[in-house]
Amino acid sequence: MDTLDLARWQFAITTVYHFFFVPVTISLVAITAGLQTAWYRTGKEKYLRLTKFYGKLFLINIAMGVVTGLVQEFQFGMNWSDYSRFVGDVFGAPLALEGLLAFFLESTFIGLWIFGWDRLPRRIHLACIWMVVLGTQLSAYFILAANSWMQNPVGFRYNAERGRAELTDIWAVLTNKVVLVTYPHTIFAAFMVGGAFVAGVAIWHLVRRPGVDTGAFRTALRLGAVIVIAAGAGVALSGDQQGKVMTEVQPMKMAAAEALYESEKPASFSIFTVGTLDGSREVFSVKVPYVLSFLATGHFDGEVKGINSLQQSYEQLYGPGSYKPNIPLTYWTFRLMIGVGMAAAAIAVWLLWATRRGRAPNRLLVWLALPLPLLPLFANVFGWVFTETGRQPWLVFGLLPTSSGVSPGTTSGEVLTSLLGFTVLYGVLAVVEMKLMFRTIRGGLAGTSPAPEPDGPDDADKPLSFAY
Amino acid sequence: MELTTVWFVLIAGLWIGYFVLEGFDFGVGMLLRVLGRDEPERRAVVTTIGPVWDGNEVWLIVAGAMTFAAFPEWYATLFSGFYLPLFAILVSLILRGVALEYRGKRDDLVWRSRMDWLITVGSVVPALLWGITFANLVRGVPLDASHEFVGTLGDLLNPFALLGGVTFVAVFVAHGAIFLALRTTDDLRQRANRLASGTGLVAVVLAAAFLAWAQSLRGDATSAVVAAAAAVALVVGLVANRLRREGLAFAGTALAIGLAVASLFVAMFPAVMPSTLDPAGTLTTVNAASTPYTLKVLTIIAAIFTPLVLLYQGWTYWVFRKRVTVEPVAVEAEP
Repeated sequence: MDTLDLARWQFAITTVYHFFFVPVTISLVAITAGLQTAWYRTGKEKYLRLTKFYGKLFLINIAMGVVTGLVQEFQFGMNWSDYSRFVGDVFGAPLALEGLLAFFLESTFIGLWIFGWDRLPRRIHLACIWMVVLGTQLSAYFILAANSWMQNPVGFRYNAERGRAELTDIWAVLTNKVVLVTYPHTIFAAFMVGGAFVAGVAIWHLVRRPGVDTGAFRTALRLGAVIVIAAGAGVALSGDQQGKVMTEVQPMKMAAAEALYESEKPASFSIFTVGTLDGSREVFSVKVPYVLSFLATGHFDGEVKGINSLQQSYEQLYGPGSYKPNIPLTYWTFRLMIGVGMAAAAIAVWLLWATRRGRAPNRLLVWLALPLPLLPLFANVFGWVFTETGRQPWLVFGLLPTSSGVSPGTTSGEVLTSLLGFTVLYGVLAVVEMKLMFRTIRGGLAGTSPAPEPDGPDDADKPLSFAY
Repeated sequence: MELTTVWFVLIAGLWIGYFVLEGFDFGVGMLLRVLGRDEPERRAVVTTIGPVWDGNEVWLIVAGAMTFAAFPEWYATLFSGFYLPLFAILVSLILRGVALEYRGKRDDLVWRSRMDWLITVGSVVPALLWGITFANLVRGVPLDASHEFVGTLGDLLNPFALLGGVTFVAVFVAHGAIFLALRTTDDLRQRANRLASGTGLVAVVLAAAFLAWAQSLRGDATSAVVAAAAAVALVVGLVANRLRREGLAFAGTALAIGLAVASLFVAMFPAVMPSTLDPAGTLTTVNAASTPYTLKVLTIIAAIFTPLVLLYQGWTYWVFRKRVTVEPVAVEAEP
């Protein structure tokens, strides 16, 4: 493998791994903030104990998200220096906004929240966790704006002399039509994971620890399930919007998602397609008529461009070469994203039904505890693999091919070192993190203490059991 | 002032903020197993930086992001050229961050001891490597006419850079010890104070040697004055430490670090990465910069939000201003 392949593998591995923690963080902090607000409003102790329990799980999770996020920021310069030179003038601005507006907010207020339980007035302490929520939302928006620019570059001009893209309109970058649909889609998808996580943990406790904190975990189970269903509806609606934008700005990605080789009017949605290995035509498929036309254009008889005709027009536009992404990969990740996401929503409906009107859940439902959060988590991963590999062979669509972005001076030995280093490190950390998660989950609400009163002004600081 | 100069100053300011703030939490991390003799003491030591270390580290992230946005060429050449040191810094910061967050999540002495080792190593290694990196920035690195780094790892490990690395470690140890004396009580406070005196002497000697060498390599009257001021601030800080004026001592080391880093940036200006080969390869605030429009946008953003960040980060330090006492804690050995 050459430097380019190694750098791509490293980006894929470190980014997918980072994103295992992102959706849980985004949603769990908001759910924790909601639980704490419920405690603040009602004074019911179960909400406080759930806040501390899920808050601790959130902290275990965000620690991994933060440290693996560091790699993301360094990696652009380390492995993709020519990309950085090409896009820095445009792409740097949302990254700078993310750092200054979001990361400072998150890190500072998380410290205040962890250590501030007995030091801050309740109302201020509650505001701290909401500031963290705001930070995660801003962070998501800015980084998605940066990514959306790579899918659909706007608000720039190309400077041929410097060989780079230059920002002409920051507002256009921040209101790119791609980010406007991608942001809600990503956030709803994150809430599917967080809701499923809360419900999965709760079902495990209800079945395996009957009679222990049943009331609190019933609340958590039903809350989590409702979040999964509501967020699932949001994912579907925003995904539908996203499909239409994608058809408009990246028609090749839509065609690859459907393995649609020839243009169709009206186009059918493929349930199952097998193509030839070189990806030039289909061999066998099962299709539902009119559905793809509707998904892509909003009309049942709209025309959807096929891979082969797009390839021809791109050759005329950009010169000879292949402009097709890896079609089996885009086709299957697109389907798996939808499939496993729908499965999670179905499980959530089932759990809600099984626990209706105070019913105790069936013992067998404990087997859903683990798949329930993992399904939407993998839907997130499939979605990202789809949208990023579907952009290929472009790094910035229509402007910069992936092969032109890699660091020219970096050796394959260096990239291999960091690739292996991060992979081994991330593997070990995954084991440590999972064991700590499971341990904390098994511990249940027993470790959560009631709220202490804020200290008097003369007390010295004491280390807190909640923190270190 | 040109916007490119404004952004050079702002990025220098972000690095100064990073080293002043993370400097003491690196120092605390290095001293964790030296000053903390048992679990209750170590817990107290970690708690002094608990609420703030993550926010301190964000200064690094923002310095990186701002460099990417304002000086893409600088970001690209620096990060790809210093590949292996930056990789090692990342690994160390990952282990350190996870260990800091996970140490208290289990009531298990073996677990905590392991995490403490990771915190120590994860504090020494980045301090050393940042010193090596900044020394090389001042000294210059082999860049070709297209600003591409053409050196090897061996080029980065020159004697001047190694002195820079050791200096960063020594200064952060003293800075961390003084911070601990300021933030703890009783016996721990006394020991931190004594340790700061001893390590402070080493730090002064190394820092003086490093800054003088840096001035002889690249520098002018202004940078020499700033470097001398840094040395004076460090000495004032250590004298204050002897006199048990802990607040003044911490202000002294904080100022010393800030001025020392500033002197390095002043010495470099207007270069951001001087080339030791072709002078045309040197990256400057002008040829590395983004367009005036982008710099204008960034300036507006920074002008609005930086004061806000300083305000709420300052408030955090105010909220957690009280000293941390050593409390007996119920930690059981793993059954």
